[in-house]
Amino acid sequence: MPGKDKVLVANGQGFWGDSILGPVRLVNEGPLHYLTLDYLAEVTMSIMQKLHARDPSKGYATDFVQLIDRILPQLIEKNIRVVANAGGVNPRACRDAVMEVIDKHGISGIKVAVVEGDDIMGRLDELMDAGEEFRNMDTGEPLSTVRDRVTSANVYLGAFPIAEALDAGAQIVITGRGTDPGLVIGPLIHEFGWGSEDWDKLAAGTVAGHIVECGAQCTGGNYTDWRRIKDMARIGYPVIEAHPDGSFFVTKHEGTGGAVDRSTVAHQLAYEMGDPAEYMTPDVVADFTSFELTDLGGDRVGITGVRGAPATPTYKVSMSYQDGWKSVGQLTVSGPDALEKARLCSDIVWERLAMDGFEYADEEKLIEFVGANVCHAGIPVPGAEEPSEVVLRLGVKGPDRKKVNRFGSELVPLVTSGPPGVTGFAGGRPKATEIIGYWPALLSKELVETTVSVSISGEAR
Amino acid sequence: MTKVLLSRIAAARSGDKGEGSNAGVIARSDAAFAFLEEHLTAERVREHMAAINAGGVKRYVAANMRVLNFLLEDSLGGGGSASLKTDAQGKTHGLALLRMELDVPDEVLSATPEA
Repeated sequence: MPGKDKVLVANGQGFWGDSILGPVRLVNEGPLHYLTLDYLAEVTMSIMQKLHARDPSKGYATDFVQLIDRILPQLIEKNIRVVANAGGVNPRACRDAVMEVIDKHGISGIKVAVVEGDDIMGRLDELMDAGEEFRNMDTGEPLSTVRDRVTSANVYLGAFPIAEALDAGAQIVITGRGTDPGLVIGPLIHEFGWGSEDWDKLAAGTVAGHIVECGAQCTGGNYTDWRRIKDMARIGYPVIEAHPDGSFFVTKHEGTGGAVDRSTVAHQLAYEMGDPAEYMTPDVVADFTSFELTDLGGDRVGITGVRGAPATPTYKVSMSYQDGWKSVGQLTVSGPDALEKARLCSDIVWERLAMDGFEYADEEKLIEFVGANVCHAGIPVPGAEEPSEVVLRLGVKGPDRKKVNRFGSELVPLVTSGPPGVTGFAGGRPKATEIIGYWPALLSKELVETTVSVSISGEAR
Repeated sequence: MTKVLLSRIAAARSGDKGEGSNAGVIARSDAAFAFLEEHLTAERVREHMAAINAGGVKRYVAANMRVLNFLLEDSLGGGGSASLKTDAQGKTHGLALLRMELDVPDEVLSATPEA
């Protein structure tokens, strides 16, 4: 395999919950060498940790196993390799489930690799005893202030362990928490032999990875000028055509919907961006202001001249912790006088709760009149003044679960004891759910060890 | 000078970023980018988004993509999953920004294709 002058890498999943049609169509409708799948957001890790605590065989993206079941024959026939962060907080269980699927298809000799080392939950106390404070990157507070409420702790690993797994011949690579762009950089390191100090090339891979990491968001999804995007139902997921020198093209399979042009790609480049001159990853600090974008027409955009600077000596750690409770519920209020009646409903709820001894501070309360300009509050929007109906959306949050739950029982009674035209109470009383706080910190790279292990289908495990 | 909406000369995309959101404004032409780089200041954006964003606004420039990137530092009503808001991820903040009214020179408008 090494020695290719061009590698095709596509991303078929932007988050856990993205459509299965993205990756299915990527492997069926055009040429491809690598399929990457990004399942993890910050809150996802905490949800998976909870699933894992309840059942030790869970805690990974189960969608991935269903996908492999569906596309395995094509992956083998076309020799497409898969890199997915589907492992979540339990990569081995994910691997076992995938191996079962491969066995079910009766195919032997398939190598499946697991990258581990990102999960430091079990090492937190040891690391803190050794002097690590895990100060919150936003607030500066030490982790000790919330230690007893931490529910997950994962390092964002880089791309090199993925490349190592591919070097070992893995057809499927399963990781836990790593950077999103790393899923794309790993295959490029493997194919082109890029070194750990090839900063410009690693930065180019980072830009490529960032462009595709949210799936169809670079091919016309969530795009300002949506009217000009053709056939959104059949939107094509993005394909990177990468070259050894770090230059690459963004494209999509022929005949798919959507669009790839300078504007759709720039939209995604601007997504989740902080300082574009310093896009930090464990592999490199990429400069998103350095490169040139060229619109080549025919759903093809070229990117050249990406510059990168040496990586920092630390990993970013993403931790989640229990941060109180929240409850949100909604009712629909029809006209006439929808907005006026919805305001009355809101006042009634808070007054009844207060009557019973439950008062909520302004910052613990949410009052929204959906349909009367909630998303763009404070900005004049034509038609929002007198909507024909509104959704009254109320919520509370706080550390006291009982108090948060009490709120939920005063919403539905409005149907019979408020103004007329109140409906849409399906789902019953809203219940308190946990708030998951996010705690970003740094950890010296020397303190983290990554491992790559390979299993082979048809052989004893 | 003609009074237009920002959407006439720019597009936008936004999403969550810690306890706030980022809104990238993508100019529709080089002329529009030059105009916006001068006039679409962090302060102007802070005023326009004040009912949504309780915090400050930082601006970054990426001329190669004709992007002005604005960080709205406290726009979600809490970070992580703490937000109660409908738009807890700031997905609509870019479109909110595009509703801003601006006085734009006619030569910028004529150099900038409509969407």
